[in-house]
Amino acid sequence: MKLSLWTYEGPPHVGAIRVATGMRNMHMVLHAPQGDTYADLLFTMIERRNHRPPVTYTTFQARDLGADTAGLFKDACRAAYERHRPEALLVAASCTAELIQDDPGGLAASMGLPVPVIPLELPSYQRKENFGADEAFYQICKALAKPMPRTAQVSCNILGATALGFRHRDDVAEIRQILERMGIAVNVTAPLDAAPSDIARLGQAHFNVLLYPETGEQAARWLQRSFGQPCIGTVPLGVGATRRFVQEVATLAGAAPILDETRLRQPWWSASVDSTYLTGKRVFIFGDGTHAMAAARVARDEMGFDVVGLGCYNREQARPLRALAREFGLEALISDDYLEVEAAIADLAPELILGTQMERHIGKRLGIPCAVISAPVHVQDFPARYSPQMGIEGANVLFDTWVHPLVMGLEEHLLTMFREDFEFHDAAGPSHHGAKAQPAPSQPQTSQAQPSPAAAPQPAPAGAGDAGNIVWLSDAERELKKIPFFVRGKARRNTESFAQTRGLSEISVDTLYEAKAHYAR
Amino acid sequence: MTRGCLDTPVIKERGQHEVFCGLTSIIWLHRKMQDAFFLVVGSRTCAHLLQSAAGVMIFAEPRFGTAILEEKDLAGMADANAELDREVATLLQRRPDIRQLFLVGSCPSEVIKLDLARAAERLSAQFAPHVRVLNFSGSGIETTFTQGEDTCLASMVPALPASDAHQLLLVGALPDVVEDQARALLAQIGIETVHCLPAQRADATPSIGPNTKYALTQPFLGETHAALQRRGARWIAAPTPLGVEGTTLWLMAIADAFGISRAQVEAAIAAPRARAQAAVARVAETLQGKSAFFMPDSQMEPALARFLQRECGMEIVEIGTPYLHAELHRPELALLAAGPRLAEGQDVERQLDRVRAARPDITVCGLGLANPLEAEGLTTKWAIELVFTPVHLFEQAADLAGLFARPIRRKQILAPGAPKMEAAE
Ligand code: SF4
Repeated sequence: MKLSLWTYEGPPHVGAIRVATGMRNMHMVLHAPQGDTYADLLFTMIERRNHRPPVTYTTFQARDLGADTAGLFKDACRAAYERHRPEALLVAASCTAELIQDDPGGLAASMGLPVPVIPLELPSYQRKENFGADEAFYQICKALAKPMPRTAQVSCNILGATALGFRHRDDVAEIRQILERMGIAVNVTAPLDAAPSDIARLGQAHFNVLLYPETGEQAARWLQRSFGQPCIGTVPLGVGATRRFVQEVATLAGAAPILDETRLRQPWWSASVDSTYLTGKRVFIFGDGTHAMAAARVARDEMGFDVVGLGCYNREQARPLRALAREFGLEALISDDYLEVEAAIADLAPELILGTQMERHIGKRLGIPCAVISAPVHVQDFPARYSPQMGIEGANVLFDTWVHPLVMGLEEHLLTMFREDFEFHDAAGPSHHGAKAQPAPSQPQTSQAQPSPAAAPQPAPAGAGDAGNIVWLSDAERELKKIPFFVRGKARRNTESFAQTRGLSEISVDTLYEAKAHYAR
Repeated sequence: MTRGCLDTPVIKERGQHEVFCGLTSIIWLHRKMQDAFFLVVGSRTCAHLLQSAAGVMIFAEPRFGTAILEEKDLAGMADANAELDREVATLLQRRPDIRQLFLVGSCPSEVIKLDLARAAERLSAQFAPHVRVLNFSGSGIETTFTQGEDTCLASMVPALPASDAHQLLLVGALPDVVEDQARALLAQIGIETVHCLPAQRADATPSIGPNTKYALTQPFLGETHAALQRRGARWIAAPTPLGVEGTTLWLMAIADAFGISRAQVEAAIAAPRARAQAAVARVAETLQGKSAFFMPDSQMEPALARFLQRECGMEIVEIGTPYLHAELHRPELALLAAGPRLAEGQDVERQLDRVRAARPDITVCGLGLANPLEAEGLTTKWAIELVFTPVHLFEQAADLAGLFARPIRRKQILAPGAPKMEAAE
């Protein structure tokens, strides 16, 4: 038993629903109680889908348990087939149905439906949403993909995109353009936008492009094993990775490494003098493994940030992420406990967080700006405009979204110069964010306002690290307040660790400036 | 008195339900009871449901959480009770502000027959007197959406202290602003001692006894109603205080029960009632003559339909409700003019067929169905907003009408450039 307040991932059947919902002419029958139909709103509200997910829930009740839940399941299968006439049917059990052991797969197979029935084993008490998506897609491929001759023209499949994926729709469009520009046809995109009949012809492609290892890795491996299709492993997030991706594709396809960079603005935006202030900004990065690792490279190599924390919530990616963290000289944070992540952020007091919607809320509470780089995300992360994360336009988008929450360079100087001016007081925040974006004095959007013990107006509480027994003299405390809020956390932290290394028990104004000189870069 | 919809045959359906489970009630209950913590004993699904339904609105360290069952709990490798005790101890240590702890049963905990009642007794003994531990079911196999509030309040009733005082108890989790209005109105009428269940804090817990009369503020409190009667308290039968008429009849019924004259009530409510009538009339201009279809969600559907039909001039096509409580829904059905279909339970596919055939001007439905129906050219109102928004009593009557009028007005405003989804049919 483990107490959870907020979770990064849903249960595995939600992952399977993401696969089914991304596809066309697929239907899923889920053996589940009525409350599990909440999953529909993830798609219709958060992603604003204009169709119900193609899922029939059996919605068994307590009174059915002693009676015939298996019969209920078969009725639901039959009715779902009759009404929706899918090309294939997925069947699975939710956490509750797993306990009553009706064997949906066996039941559905015994019914003689005229379409392929694909049973899914989703261990709800061990695994989570990404596994569910990955497993569902793999089982679909295994059941439907047939050996086929390769297409005459060089072609590939784009794998891993699902419904409710973070920018999957736009990423796929962006990468498709890049591939087509190189003269490579896209055979099938799956699961997103594929019908079961498209899955059947996956084997026609010469190779695979795996954009989202979280949700497509097992399928990609299986296709490699079964059909000898090699797989491009580089995820084209950021300029460097996109160029590497193109090289890799070119080598594999025997094509020229053509990459149209006429619309690539990110490197110049990053090099231009107004971006100097980005140098060495301390960022904390957390998300799914793939996005977190890519963000770390972009942050260091393309933005000039200083990565001070790196982690992911999906254990499946723990190994490569740990290796990368070591390369950055960091200890990776592998955790799906958001309190642990919050504590790590509070302790490090970064100047920017790159995270999920959880970290966005943590950032609000701690008064630290945050840009979202990974699922889980909320409705505001599904913009109306074209906004990929991958490829050339993706690199531009990364620059814009990461820089947006920060106080801009020139503004930073003005804030320092006029810090006594009422318009530049702490709570004014970046001028492009409207009124008082930060620091958040209390929790966001509570329906009935009330104090929370956890609402801390400033990052880096005095207890951070082992500095708890170091005392700030009142002069020094006053001087610290004169430092603009967005660097104050860092100043406090640096001063405390400076004092600690010197064995000081008190911090005076002099200590503060000695520390400043010590850390000057 | 006419029989209204009392003789309307009820369509009873058994197919796919598209509703929340009772766990969802925790989202408003935990805001109402400010020193209570709701610990769901369930699965990752339960945690994800709470987060998906609540995440939009609140993101503090919430006063609810899920003790997620793991493989080892199910395989008997770990003693689930010992695990639960450990999680509760950690939780209470971290949150010394918590005075009431609810262990909330889910489908998984009920299927594996984890005895939360015994766990609550055990933990109560351990943490008394600072913390009281109770348990109720919010599972999807037992409860639908608002029934979670019902089972929660019902769990509190046996623990209420006894009292012989002549007193009024209001039952149902009202937003604080509405609760204050109710107290003020009742004081005007001449009833000064008013208690509420649930109370905001544990130390304000009401007492109960044979001289307690209670009025329900929500129509979905069937189990609580039964529990209160077992404690000897007397129910004041009345419609739900929604809309001008509902509020008036509700207050009149309470006054009757306390031997207060109608004239005294009339005098006390004249001003707020007139104000509310005028405000509702303005909003109702948008609603007059329009048709409405209720998908089942909260058991508030008959009361809402009665308000829309009798005060806003709407035609009600169908009133779907998860459960039609013979006694509690009776006052509403008696008021509703015959005409609407009544449906209990659900077969969502068939019900959607009926929606498409009727093409109502507004369909009241859950979040999973709203956008898909809008894409078919229909106008919808999310049912969940009717539970989260202050809608009771005179001062909110026009707001309630506004919740239905706004989607219709929006459709009219956007009409010229609206996506022509209908053309695709
Ligand atoms: S329906 Fe049951 S399993 Fe699903 S969220 Fe509700 S209590 Fe949990």
